[in-house]
Amino acid sequence: MNYRLNYLEELEAEAVFVLRETFAQFQNPCILFSGGKDSIVVTHLAAKAFAPGPIPFTLLHIDTGHNFPETIQFRDELVERLNVRLVVGKVEDSIKDHTVQEELGPNANRNRAQSITLLESMESNGFDAAIGGGRRDEEKARAKERFFSHRDAFGQWDPKNQGPEIWHLYNGRKNQGEQFRIFPISNWTELDVWEYMLKENIALPSLYFTHDRPCVRRKESILAQSAYLIPHESDKLVDLNIRFRTIGDMTISGAMESTASTVAEIIAELKEMNQSERGNRADDFRSESSMEDRKKEGYF
Amino acid sequence: MAQTKDILRFTTAGSVDDGKSTLIGRLLYDCKQIPQDQIDTVQRISERKGLTDIDLSLFTDGLKDERAQGITIDVAYRYFTTENRKFIIADTPGHLQYTRNMVTGASTANAAIILIDARKGVVEQTRRHSFIASLLQIQHLIVCVNKMDLVNYSKEAFEQIVSSFQDFSAKLAIVDVQFIPISALQGDNVVHRSEKIDWYQGATLLHTLENLSVANEINLIDFRFPVQHPVRVDQGSVQDYRAYAGRIESGIVRVGDEVIVLPGNQGSKIKSIMGMNGPQEEAFAPQSISLELTDELDISRGNILVKPNNQPEEVRQLSAMICLMSSQAYIPGRKYILRYTTNEVKALIKSILYVYDMESLKRDEEQTALQTNDIARVSLQLAGPIYIDEYCKNKATGSFILIDEQSNQTLAVGMIS
Ligand SMILES: Nc1nc2c(ncn2[C@@H]2O[C@H](COP(=O)(O)OP(=O)(O)OP(=O)(O)O)[C@@H](O)[C@H]2O)c(=O)[nH]1
Ligand SMILES: [Mg+2]
Repeated sequence: MNYRLNYLEELEAEAVFVLRETFAQFQNPCILFSGGKDSIVVTHLAAKAFAPGPIPFTLLHIDTGHNFPETIQFRDELVERLNVRLVVGKVEDSIKDHTVQEELGPNANRNRAQSITLLESMESNGFDAAIGGGRRDEEKARAKERFFSHRDAFGQWDPKNQGPEIWHLYNGRKNQGEQFRIFPISNWTELDVWEYMLKENIALPSLYFTHDRPCVRRKESILAQSAYLIPHESDKLVDLNIRFRTIGDMTISGAMESTASTVAEIIAELKEMNQSERGNRADDFRSESSMEDRKKEGYF
Repeated sequence: MAQTKDILRFTTAGSVDDGKSTLIGRLLYDCKQIPQDQIDTVQRISERKGLTDIDLSLFTDGLKDERAQGITIDVAYRYFTTENRKFIIADTPGHLQYTRNMVTGASTANAAIILIDARKGVVEQTRRHSFIASLLQIQHLIVCVNKMDLVNYSKEAFEQIVSSFQDFSAKLAIVDVQFIPISALQGDNVVHRSEKIDWYQGATLLHTLENLSVANEINLIDFRFPVQHPVRVDQGSVQDYRAYAGRIESGIVRVGDEVIVLPGNQGSKIKSIMGMNGPQEEAFAPQSISLELTDELDISRGNILVKPNNQPEEVRQLSAMICLMSSQAYIPGRKYILRYTTNEVKALIKSILYVYDMESLKRDEEQTALQTNDIARVSLQLAGPIYIDEYCKNKATGSFILIDEQSNQTLAVGMIS
């Protein structure tokens, strides 16, 4: 026998270790479940980490109200299949409670609002740690994250004062009211995620694969046409064969033209691609530090 | 040869402005591993700063404050792959103030790239970081003498630095040291061989990284299994399953093996091993598994499973090298939490044996206080027994952190020797 793990097995073993540490060190952790591929992988890893028992975490979905119906259907089927508890935190509710002010203007979205709804949901459910599918390779502020990432009592990240994180001795101690964000797949790249999907044969929302859809071309971006999208004068309505590279709020998840209909074809396509994963997310366009700014406010 | 892709983790180290971030940017850029939109953004920012060339350090220096100050504050992780390897890069800061972040990045590394500015030579931070790398037992050091473009690619300048580095590294326990003259800015000897440095016959940095051997770095001899948590399942098709979840830190285990549980010395046998893809006959480090035993024992988080004929040492006090990591002061007499593997125990620093002077690397035995960033040998008194190996034999069971119970901050990291 060859006593060596290949890179995917090593990443898997690391992520499972982190998930089990989270279970052991916190009272009431949740998995931030968006219906996107990264949170699907994290949920899959959690199922493996605690097999043959159930996943000991609640899934928390922060719902902007602008969902792809496909995502919701997928989410509900997964919850049913894995027999996990699901909690949905609605941005609409925060708007009704006036803790969130809906953005106005042609580029309004509910992305920043999500942070507030997330913090409110964590508080009302007593979650002291939120496990996310964030990866360091996604974005330059994420590249700075610890596995166990501390948040103060207001949910804020302080990137200039992160504590040390040595070997895999994760220090999850905190004061009352503080919380942690946990990133088990920190060291995975987008390609690693897809290679793992292939190896594990993980089910995904149909949105990730090529399909015919009425879209809006807006500058460089392709967005799904929907009732939630605030029309711009320069928008061009087109019918395209597209797929999504990341899935989130319908109004900001950019699509790409593609004919990839299987995970293997997606991998082949990615290897040829020269564009970042989040390169077409409207939420990251706002400024060069929009991710860092949002994370400081409590974003995932 | 059919080969499976492995992972090499490496870190950068060295003094402020020696070019660590620029080097990582150069490496990724020349390997064509940076997406075009990121290049465009960095190009735009560089132009705005009035630079004619692209500022390669911006690919890792991603925080607002880092970009404003032109320094690295915290570790940035970047990734790239070649045919045979996935690389995990930790680009760490050179500033003394952020040593804790350098240690964070270096602690999981198989290799460290130490940068030295060819004009400045070996300085205190070079020594400190090399010393930390040796304490952490990083197997491979690649010393890159950088900014060769600013010393006319001079062979003498390079050789002088090599020799002064060797003078002090002779005192360090590092297995493999290599030297490469480079210019991160111009790209000499990073991915492409330099034409201007024709007197250098050795490999480029990328070639060196691709060929480092990391196969023997996992200890497959001494079985150590710290329990993360007990597992109890009794529902549906699974009846009365009791197991212990954890990661094998070292060694190999098979179904039927005799094991003992520490503390307590209770013996049992492995009944089953649950792996990532169901039951398996054997398992090895660093796999995450769950172990079921033939006997019902009282086992909880922090206990460690080992083999009867190969046990760690039980201690209630120990001597260790520690690096002070917190900006908060160490308070003599205060009890700290010593966290090691998945276990915690209260600890008191009984005495400071010596503190290293980073200029001379000499031991100062007169010091009675510990300051942030100090590296010292201390003796610790523990509230209960722990089971340890020497760090050089076993990283996981030979290392710990000290946590301040009041602030929850990590005060220090320690290596047992
Ligand atoms: N001429 C020349 N300049 C270089 C070279 N490498 C880096 N520099 C310059 O040195 C300065 C510092 O580079 P950085 O890459 O930010 O240094 P660093 O080691 O990452 O600094 P910290 O992370 O803050 O410790 C920048 O102005 C670089 O352009 C080189 O090979 N030649
Ligand atoms: Mg730097």
